[in-house]
Amino acid sequence: MKTVIACTVNGDAHEVLADSRDTLLELLRDRLGLTGTKEGCSNGNCGACTVLVDGEPVNACIVLAAEIGDAEVVTVEGIAPGGKLHPVQQALVEHGGTQCGFCTPGIVVAAKALLDRVARPSAQEIRHALAGNLCRCTGYDKIVEAVAAASLAPRS
Amino acid sequence: MKDFTYAAPTTTDEAAAALAASGARALAGGTDLIVQMREGRRAVGHVVDLKRVPELTAIAVAADGSLRFGAAASVAALAAHATVAAKFPAMIEAGRMIGSWQIQSRASLGGNICNASPSADAVPALMALGATAELTGKGGRRSLALDALILGPGKTALVPGEILAAIRVPAPDARSAAKYVRFTPRREMDIAVVGAGAWLRLAEDGSVAEARIALAAVGPTPLRATAAEKRLMGEKPTAALLAEAGRLAAADARPISDTRGSADYRRALVKVLAARALAGCCAQLGQRIEVP
Repeated sequence: MKTVIACTVNGDAHEVLADSRDTLLELLRDRLGLTGTKEGCSNGNCGACTVLVDGEPVNACIVLAAEIGDAEVVTVEGIAPGGKLHPVQQALVEHGGTQCGFCTPGIVVAAKALLDRVARPSAQEIRHALAGNLCRCTGYDKIVEAVAAASLAPRS
Repeated sequence: MKDFTYAAPTTTDEAAAALAASGARALAGGTDLIVQMREGRRAVGHVVDLKRVPELTAIAVAADGSLRFGAAASVAALAAHATVAAKFPAMIEAGRMIGSWQIQSRASLGGNICNASPSADAVPALMALGATAELTGKGGRRSLALDALILGPGKTALVPGEILAAIRVPAPDARSAAKYVRFTPRREMDIAVVGAGAWLRLAEDGSVAEARIALAAVGPTPLRATAAEKRLMGEKPTAALLAEAGRLAAADARPISDTRGSADYRRALVKVLAARALAGCCAQLGQRIEVP
């Protein structure tokens, strides 16, 4: 069924013609061209599609676009406005916390959500927060070190 | 995914009426439903989103200390509620075991109940706490204990046009405590091989006045370990008593062998986990009891 979806993504209001079956992930990637958010498992396990809905990290692959309504959606594109890297992104670069890079956007979004709530998370808290973000290259140590380093970086 | 219509009613009665249609299914967090629809495991022609109904996401602690929360309230919303987190920690800990943070941002405890998985983590915790389900439909409202609502894997006592509106949890008592523990090969993002929830209320002399033990993943539905509960009544908790309750709970369990564990292994786990859940209650009540 065709349906009109009104949503706010990264601060921009959109009104798009979509299918009632579209997930939030399909809306972002296929209708809005925001391809920073990745599709991995498509069943809510891998976290590659993590975006923020009203500040809460969710798997966009198992949220219907129609459910979003007036919620504020933030994708990885919205975390680095104007191309200025978020401290988490900068730290991932500096610590080599990316391998193939496919899981990285989801990790950036989940780590930002963590740092928005906990200024100086312990390694254990970082691992717990990122448990829903799978990295098949298995480079978790550098990712955890990067998030810890980002938590110490000065934030504007 | 097969085509479906989507509706987002704003009152409980409208939601219940929309669920009377054949092929209609309630959507709360969607963390089970959307995956099941995607994988063709559940045919749904009409999705009824409950999250626009204020009653179905409301969280309220009454003056008497009892809790009532809408079936579609997310785990994250419950965990963020300071009073709920402080007064019902076992329920929040169990909710925090469901999937990842991303899942908990959406998943509701009402959905965990209605998905009716034998391994649902929140259900034994809620059963141990004595929670009841408040259903509403054409015939009005009715209350059911969770073990009467959940009939088997994926099956509930809800009739078409009926909705799980809210969950009620009795007020905690100064001498009561609850605990949920589970065994999983991985700490996060895993499904319970066995889960055990326990709740104890002690009398003034320190003996057990009331006890509830509920087990996950050892039967077609979450189960009460009634023989173990009876054994505890009137006794003062000791390591020997908790160990015996664990053995009786293992006998109460009706596990099957599957990919996560054999029936024998599950019984062995029940013995340990039921005793640990009880010891967890005792620890909150100021009594340290060492159990294996």
